[in-house]
Amino acid sequence: MALVNLDQVHKYYGDLHVLKGIDLKINKGEVVSVIGRSGSGKSTLLRCMNGLEQYQEGGIVVDGKEVTTEDIQVRQLAMSVGMIFQNFNLFPHMTVGENIMLAPTIVLKKPKYEAERIARAMLEKVGLGEKFDSYPEKLSGGQQQRVAIARALAMNPKVLLCDEITSALDPELVGEVLKVLEQLAKEGMTLILVTHEMNFARDVGNRVVFMHQGKVWEEGDSNTLLSNPQTDELKQFIGAVL
Amino acid sequence: MLHFADLLQYSDVFFSGLLTTVELTVLTTILGIAVGTSCASIRQYGNKTSQRVVSIYVELIRNTPFIVQLFFIFFGLPALGVRLSPWEASMIALTINLGAYSTEIIRAGLASISKGQIEAAKVLGLTFRQTLTRVIFIPAFEKIYPALVSQCIIVMLGSAVISQISVEDLTYAANLVQSRNFRAFESYLVTAALYLGLSILLRFAFNSIGKRLFVYREAP
Repeated sequence: MALVNLDQVHKYYGDLHVLKGIDLKINKGEVVSVIGRSGSGKSTLLRCMNGLEQYQEGGIVVDGKEVTTEDIQVRQLAMSVGMIFQNFNLFPHMTVGENIMLAPTIVLKKPKYEAERIARAMLEKVGLGEKFDSYPEKLSGGQQQRVAIARALAMNPKVLLCDEITSALDPELVGEVLKVLEQLAKEGMTLILVTHEMNFARDVGNRVVFMHQGKVWEEGDSNTLLSNPQTDELKQFIGAVL
Repeated sequence: MLHFADLLQYSDVFFSGLLTTVELTVLTTILGIAVGTSCASIRQYGNKTSQRVVSIYVELIRNTPFIVQLFFIFFGLPALGVRLSPWEASMIALTINLGAYSTEIIRAGLASISKGQIEAAKVLGLTFRQTLTRVIFIPAFEKIYPALVSQCIIVMLGSAVISQISVEDLTYAANLVQSRNFRAFESYLVTAALYLGLSILLRFAFNSIGKRLFVYREAP
């Protein structure tokens, strides 16, 4: 069974039909970029995969666990699915180290020295080993986002959901975050990204999912799909963003 | 001529009054903020029914005079079989009063916390209770701390009213002394100075607590 399974997922906001029957299977180790115009439902799709949004029909199973917005299930899922946000969402009153250690200590109940060891290792991984005792607001956007990645990694997730994680960054800071993602991809981490970084999608991603009007409009191998789009909508979209 | 020396023989009366006021202030400040924090959390994150209950409590207290609340608890409740000592009645009235006002203040702090912070805690697997205590409270309190401190001082000063149900607080001491020696000017001047000192002390205490809680604001 695939790591992430979506089966005919429908989502409504009141009368608004946001997701119209999404079928998607993502295997371990895949790097999948979800692209599309704003309002096409791509962020909503991502947020359904870890229980931040409820879907009304169909089913989502991630790492063998059924996904709903029930508190207990969301917490169960937190052990398998990490998420990184556009606005970092680091906790401002905690140091970088405390941010990363929080969930391992109070959710996974790891002893403090163990959590600290993990936190330092994850910080090294994202190239911020020396920032353990800094507060988030003293860091640049790119550094904050890398800390957010380290925080998610400290829970040892099987899949990382990245919701436009470079969109709030100054252009010169985007590279350092993408480099971390690329490293993770090489190590075999499963990544699902909602992104506008087409170069990254092509060079690092295995697969691209193009969303349009709440449907998976076109999907396939990233090189093929981006260089040879089949539908007019994707052609238009690629023309607009490249 | 002023005769402050005439007050000296009553210094123990003032001192024990001061002690009662300090004792009640410390207790009701802690309890009142606890009530306010709980009610604010319910009002911000609770279900519709509990939100309504809290709103009714807050509006009831904020729109009636403190002295009426105090008299109701002390003189009114015995009709329902609830007999409280003056000290107990004052403690409850002050706590309820500070609780209601601080609910509104603290709620503003909770409302200032972005949804993203709560979602980040959620996807890390924190329970909502853990999210509240570990993630939300400190930044929320930081936003409204000056307003909360002022409210606590207002309630401390307002506690002068409890002398009316013969709690032997600082104001009670002042009344007693000036009725004995008729030195009203001196007696109330000294009392005012003592309240002023208490206010400064309370603000100082809050500031030192704030410095510890919000250390991230001053970090280099």
